[in-house]
Amino acid sequence: MKAAGLAALVLLTGLLAGCGYQAVSGNHVTLINVSYDPTREFYESYNKVFAGYWEAKTGENVSVVQSHGGSGKQALEVANGLEADVVTLALESDIDAVESAGLIDQGWIDELPDDSAPYTSTIVFLVRKGNPKNIQDWDDLVRDDVAIVTPNPKTSGGARWNFLAAWSYASQKYHGDEDKCRAFVKKLYEHVVVLDSGARAATTSFTGNGQGDVLICWENEAYLSLADSDGAYEMITPSVSILAQPSVAVVDANAQDHGTADVAEAYLSYLYSDKAQEIAAQYYYRPVNKEILKKHSDTFDLTMKLTTIDDFGGWDEAQRRFFADGGIFDSIYEH
Amino acid sequence: MENETELRKPKGAGGYVLIAVSAIFFFVFLILPLVTVFQNAFSDGMLPYFKAVMDVYTRKATLLTLEVTAIALCVNTVFGLFAVWAVTKFQFQGKRILTTLIDLPVSVSPVIAGLMYILLYGRTSPLYPWLKSHSIHIVFAVPAIVIATIFVTFPYVFREIVPVLETEGTDEEEAAAIMGANWWTIFSRVTFPHMKWAFFYGIVLCTARAMGEFGAVSILSGHLRGLTNTLPLHVEILFNEFNSQAAFAVSSILVIIAIGILIVRSLLEARAKG
Amino acid sequence: MEATKKGAKQPRVIPGFGVSLGVTVAMLSLVVLIPFAALAVNALKLSPGEFWSVITQDRVLSSFAVSLETSAVAACVNMVMGLILAWVLVRYDFPGKKVMNGMIELPFALPTAVAGISLTSLTSENGAIGKFFAMFGIRIAYTKAGIVFALIFVGIPFVVRAVMPVLEKFDSSFEEAASVMGATRVGIFFKVILPELLPSLLTGTGLAFGRGLGEYGSVVFIAGNKPYETEIAPLIIMSKLQQFDYTAACSIGLVMLLASFLLLFLMNLVQVRNTKILRGGEA
Repeated sequence: MKAAGLAALVLLTGLLAGCGYQAVSGNHVTLINVSYDPTREFYESYNKVFAGYWEAKTGENVSVVQSHGGSGKQALEVANGLEADVVTLALESDIDAVESAGLIDQGWIDELPDDSAPYTSTIVFLVRKGNPKNIQDWDDLVRDDVAIVTPNPKTSGGARWNFLAAWSYASQKYHGDEDKCRAFVKKLYEHVVVLDSGARAATTSFTGNGQGDVLICWENEAYLSLADSDGAYEMITPSVSILAQPSVAVVDANAQDHGTADVAEAYLSYLYSDKAQEIAAQYYYRPVNKEILKKHSDTFDLTMKLTTIDDFGGWDEAQRRFFADGGIFDSIYEH
Repeated sequence: MENETELRKPKGAGGYVLIAVSAIFFFVFLILPLVTVFQNAFSDGMLPYFKAVMDVYTRKATLLTLEVTAIALCVNTVFGLFAVWAVTKFQFQGKRILTTLIDLPVSVSPVIAGLMYILLYGRTSPLYPWLKSHSIHIVFAVPAIVIATIFVTFPYVFREIVPVLETEGTDEEEAAAIMGANWWTIFSRVTFPHMKWAFFYGIVLCTARAMGEFGAVSILSGHLRGLTNTLPLHVEILFNEFNSQAAFAVSSILVIIAIGILIVRSLLEARAKG
Repeated sequence: MEATKKGAKQPRVIPGFGVSLGVTVAMLSLVVLIPFAALAVNALKLSPGEFWSVITQDRVLSSFAVSLETSAVAACVNMVMGLILAWVLVRYDFPGKKVMNGMIELPFALPTAVAGISLTSLTSENGAIGKFFAMFGIRIAYTKAGIVFALIFVGIPFVVRAVMPVLEKFDSSFEEAASVMGATRVGIFFKVILPELLPSLLTGTGLAFGRGLGEYGSVVFIAGNKPYETEIAPLIIMSKLQQFDYTAACSIGLVMLLASFLLLFLMNLVQVRNTKILRGGEA
């Protein structure tokens, strides 16, 4: 019995250890920002700038706890009780999921400018040095000699943009003929040799393990891989792609609970300041501020024709039509 | 008490073949992956390695991992000893189902394990309002990590001891009990010497597995940097941020701790066996 | 022997039955049973028809098949290799033995994700092992062979560590007697030693097999995850979760859980039978 008592005590200590965090204490406020994978360095820089701004403005000392992971998984965790004050995720539909859990007020997308997406990106190709397979556009991906690496849209929110980018191109080429688009995308996914569970794993398959001739990925991730590789890869921008809009929102229910609503709102609106927009560009996200974007036109190919999610009737519609069980993506793999 | 089998040089070709097969298997499946970890960890030289290892978040993650491992180990050791006693020393109805249920966590996918606890303690659970009103944080906080770790390592101590005691039978304990020994005497003088090594193996296995647990913890932790990030999660995050050198450097900490534990075990073993 | 067989009805001689069983059942309920109930309750929100259609989708069935097939192959390899490793470690003296003995548990300590990444880089065409097999036109990473490779890695300690303690306690006088009576060494092994080791060998293999069925972290990196080819069941659960489809995830989870339970239960039955035979033989 003594031992059982000990076990109970140990468990209890563990429980207490878990309750040790408090959002607001005295002059200090803690924010929890639940974000998706490759935004860490961006937010690390931004958090410092924001802390300086907030202290100058209110005298309050703010520290931000970051959480990173796959976008869909992060949304799921917030919906299940992860106490995020703000969410900064890869797609609108992930934030909608938090909204439908009753944690975010309706209409969040209009709370901030540009569909609450303070920075954007797009989908590009990464190829091996010298572009040995001469890949220039989506058409080249379905050539017989080309092998593709891209993550699975079912498990990776980011990869849904990849799929939609390919669809955008097909739709343009075949003037919206759905059967032809479907055939094109089916053919494209038949060339996929590795369908990793996430963007990062796909990148490793392509770079580290030498799989495939081309990696379909986000522009900012392509730049991160380039920076990591001393010229072993090249980035190719296709003629048509999609404007990927990672959205941000205050998790109203949690922020009210924690008493952090003001600072959480300020945290997100300050993302649109010139300073923050510059930082975004520095980490290869396209700033929504047009002037700052133009300033970085040597980094960002501004000639690409970018469709948006609205061309697909919004995320609800796109999700239902393409990615839900039995949707177009599933039909690609039907026998 | 031990029936020491005499160690011997292999006799004939058969023995050497077995050793060679073992060595090749060992090299391919254990040494090469380790070499890969260290090779990548030091791929940018010493400085980035130590920078990654000494990073403040790495230190916090290390502490959390050690804390969680220690708690899980205590709980599972206590549980294992009680369960072993009940299962190997007595006959009762439903024993097979009981042992099967104890084994089950090993073969439950960590994904399912994480999901179960989310359903049980998360926002959709009927328990959640009560927990919230008492400000008890379980999911996406340290307690969930502890619980998940206890779950995945639940049967290890138990599992290692049972086969040994089952071949042993209960005659000696019965004799001791009839002669009036109390349970502690029986356990420490009669039973424990039989199961000593199995017990140690169990503890080592449990510790190693607890430190390395990734799947279930990853679903339950929330990945709050500096608060709920264990070492394996920190590795995952670094990797996902395109910082693979640091990811491997942090993994090497786990490997080094594990090797440390294994060395301590070998020393103890060597001393005891003389 | 008589005493233990009738033990259920007679007063027990050995003390501590109530306390030990009580603690065991209490903790088992807290850690295992109640959470399982939560899973089952969520899965059973579906009607039987819906439940059936979720778990019999082609994609789901083929993922079950992939999981079963790869973990069965890996478990067989682990059974043989685990036995050889345990044998060599217990019976022989050779240089490097201590290192080998000490490092058997490392696959547990290495986070599965790290294991997955390392094993993938080793077995892809760029890696040391992959290069070797590529010469024979065999691909490991991103095929079922890769999944098996990862599962061998995560499962091997179970078998070695289950067999070793029994082998260490094994009385070599049996063998000596048998060898005096003129049995060959191979004969001794199969007639005398193997039956004695069988319960622990089966337990170890069963655990390795079960672990393989559920393994996620290391497999997703090495598998390539192509639907109908190398997509494992835990990955399907993960993708259901990503779509916020709890009930489907729980349903598939429940099926996997029942499969593991049955598997382990069978293993336990075999083991109990074996132990009885063994003890009967000794007495």
